[in-house]
Amino acid sequence: MSTSELRIMRGREWSRPVRPARREVLSAVPELEEGRPPLLFVPGFGHGAWAFAEHWLGHAASRGFPAYAVSLRGHGASEPAPEATLRAYAHDVVQVAASLPRQAVLVGHGAGALVVAHALARYPARGAVLVAPVFGGWGVLGAALRRNPAGTLPAVFGGPLRLNRGQLFSRELPDEEARRYVGRLGRAGRRAQWALLGEPEAEPAVGAPPVLVLGSPDDRVVPASTLTRVARRYGSAPLLFPGMGHDLMLDARWAEPIDAILDWLEKEPAAH
Amino acid sequence: MSTSTDHGRPDPEATSPAANSDGRPVSDRGDTVCVIGAGASGLTAIKNLREHGFGVDCYERETGVGGAWNWRHDRSPVYASTHLISSKPFTQFPDFPMPDSWPDYPHHGQVLSYFERYADHFDLRSHIWFGTEVIRVQPVEGDRWDVTTRSTGGYGPERTARYAAVVIANGHNWSPKLPRYEGLEQFRGEIMHASSYKDPAQLRGKRVLVVGAGNTGCDIAVEAAQQASRCWHSTRRGYWYAPKYVLGRPADQVNDTLLALRVPLRVRQWLYHWTLRLTVGDLTRFGLPKPDHRVYETHPIANSQLVYYVGHGGIGPVPDVARFHPYAVELADGREIDPEVVVFATGYLPRFEFLDASVFGDSAGAGRPTLWLNAFTPGHPTLAVAGLLQPDSGLFTLSHWQTVLFARLLQARRDRPERAAAFAQRVRDRAGERYSGPVKESSRHWFEVGHADYLRAIQRALVELEGK
Ligand SMILES: Cc1cc2nc3c(=O)[nH]c(=O)nc-3n(C[C@H](O)[C@H](O)[C@H](O)COP(=O)(O)OP(=O)(O)OC[C@H]3O[C@@H](n4cnc5c(N)ncnc54)[C@H](O)[C@@H]3O)c2cc1C
Ligand SMILES: NC(=O)c1ccc[n+]([C@@H]2O[C@H](COP(=O)([O-])OP(=O)(O)OC[C@H]3O[C@@H](n4cnc5c(N)ncnc54)[C@H](OP(=O)(O)O)[C@@H]3O)[C@@H](O)[C@H]2O)c1
Repeated sequence: MSTSELRIMRGREWSRPVRPARREVLSAVPELEEGRPPLLFVPGFGHGAWAFAEHWLGHAASRGFPAYAVSLRGHGASEPAPEATLRAYAHDVVQVAASLPRQAVLVGHGAGALVVAHALARYPARGAVLVAPVFGGWGVLGAALRRNPAGTLPAVFGGPLRLNRGQLFSRELPDEEARRYVGRLGRAGRRAQWALLGEPEAEPAVGAPPVLVLGSPDDRVVPASTLTRVARRYGSAPLLFPGMGHDLMLDARWAEPIDAILDWLEKEPAAH
Repeated sequence: MSTSTDHGRPDPEATSPAANSDGRPVSDRGDTVCVIGAGASGLTAIKNLREHGFGVDCYERETGVGGAWNWRHDRSPVYASTHLISSKPFTQFPDFPMPDSWPDYPHHGQVLSYFERYADHFDLRSHIWFGTEVIRVQPVEGDRWDVTTRSTGGYGPERTARYAAVVIANGHNWSPKLPRYEGLEQFRGEIMHASSYKDPAQLRGKRVLVVGAGNTGCDIAVEAAQQASRCWHSTRRGYWYAPKYVLGRPADQVNDTLLALRVPLRVRQWLYHWTLRLTVGDLTRFGLPKPDHRVYETHPIANSQLVYYVGHGGIGPVPDVARFHPYAVELADGREIDPEVVVFATGYLPRFEFLDASVFGDSAGAGRPTLWLNAFTPGHPTLAVAGLLQPDSGLFTLSHWQTVLFARLLQARRDRPERAAAFAQRVRDRAGERYSGPVKESSRHWFEVGHADYLRAIQRALVELEGK
């Protein structure tokens, strides 16, 4: 990190702190405390903590990692927050991370990865994992408009962004499950959605955490080029899971990416 | 609570033997950095040095973390009712927020639990030797330091270890400053310094005189108004008694709004005077002296209740104490009052009893070292002080950035020595620099800093150290 980017003065945050909002946090902890770092999963826009409670939380716990998932304000069972901003979402993540007993690894999915990138500037995470990261910009919007114009267009005007089955899951996932998941999707705050268009550049992470980027080359929300670009920003190459949809934690082969994440954490010296 | 028995301790026997100038054995701790004290400033020093890859041994004379905020500590200045005077957003460490569920101004018990969680979260306790007091810090060849310790209270043998660098974070609110008065020894009532005031029960039903109007004196005067049978509050000047909330928000957040807009000091002072006039009004009508200075020229008082109790007759403002008689206290205006208890809330003085005063450029030994950024000593590039600041806000953010800067300076010494040398030159050139507007001369004001001015200076120092 270079000092020209290191920000000490935060007048706005000192004078106008983010207003607290009640948060939902779901968790699965191993029966035996093994001294592994806790994982905090951050769902993308429209998703709640439930998306990780389906498979990943339990799986991580079964491998000895205490696992938590937060619903960003306005999502899942957290307090409604139609005017939420990206800053408020990052605040929610840092609040939960700091409440955990030990230094946490932040795992963000979709636009949750962007929220994590922002949170990393305010909390020295032990490590970070960006899963199918949506970092915004007109490219992502273009891809979404092409694949799902009816679900995407309203979002440009402040309406809800509706993702469809084809964008989120592979064909391997049984229809009934896919329908159930799509039915649970909510929406992000209008201002936060708009912020995605501006491609909000996150400040550099504090504490130099190792960062892993992973996704699917067949993701219909995040193009493979985006994965490469985000990974390069953090000095690595993305880990790829061909044949999976955008929602890697819910898709039929959900176990492969989470196992890869946990393997990486076990190997990565800085993440211990 | 941990004790000093478990893992991660330097083992003098296991390291290469050396000897100091008196021929006693010294264990060489290589590149490890020594941190003195595990209060707010020491904890953040450990965390930030570790984060930058340094090994750390911290010595703490008490058996727990939290320093001043651990009111079980015998030297803690905190009393039962203490709440933060700085609100959460600026008070908390910048990378470890206090919980959203806490109030704007947390209680001292919450502040202590905050430091305990910080220590556990970042696994700092394994680097701390509790119950161990630093009694000597001596510079040795190669900009290294011999640090001599023993068990708190003087038990057990002395041990000396050699370190690559030292961070002094011993706090400055524990050594009472006691004024002298003619006749004080003959006074028959009870006398105490605020440092031994813990609980309002000490005042219940008594006639109480509180001397001094720092935040401590104001808090105690309020408690005396609630508990004592009578309360006099003696001040040697008039002050600006600022409420904790103005314009519907914590007062320091309103101030930070103005600072963020870079509103000049004069305008901020004018706005503040105006706001006070609209809220508490002209205090001279209660017999309080008119302030002999503008707001921000003495360390800010944040107390919404003092003026309230003055207005209800619970606190009787009186001038400076002239002398003591066996059964009375004579005031500067010649009046005599008859308190049973006198509480001196006259503040504290910094003290570095383990360090030869000349190291600090404090030849008078007055606890008033000559430093740059209140942290760096000319001629000693591997020594830093953390927390020797009297900010117009919370302290912890300032200590955090001080120790980040020091960690990066130590990295530069290793990786870019020419940069570290240039930094050392700046320390020599700029030692004694101030980071506040004009302040009233008083032993408590030489290290008063405006937090925005100070942090901008730290930011500049970082850029000069590492920038292009
Ligand atoms: C009543 C009161 C209220 C305050 N309220 C606020 C507030 O609202 N906001 C704010 O920001 N600040 C406040 N302060 C200022 C307070 O000093 C700081 O908040 C903070 O405690 C300073 O932390 P520190 O680590 O620098 O020093 P300390 O907390 O004093 O910690 C120093 C530590 O070093 C240890 N130590 C000292 N000497 C040795 C030695 N020789 N060997 C080994 N260990 C040693 C001590 O045991 C102690 O644990 C308040 C102070 C007082 C008195
Ligand atoms: N969070 C809280 O609620 C809280 C509570 C208490 C303290 N604090 C902090 O703790 C620190 C110490 O505060 P403090 O109030 O203990 O001390 P302080 O700020 O040093 O105030 C000492 C007071 O005593 C007066 N005084 C000093 N020597 C005197 C003498 N010889 N004769 C008469 N009066 C004399 C001073 O007057 P002058 O104006 O002439 O200097 C001043 O009014 C400060 O940083 C303070 O903000 C915070």
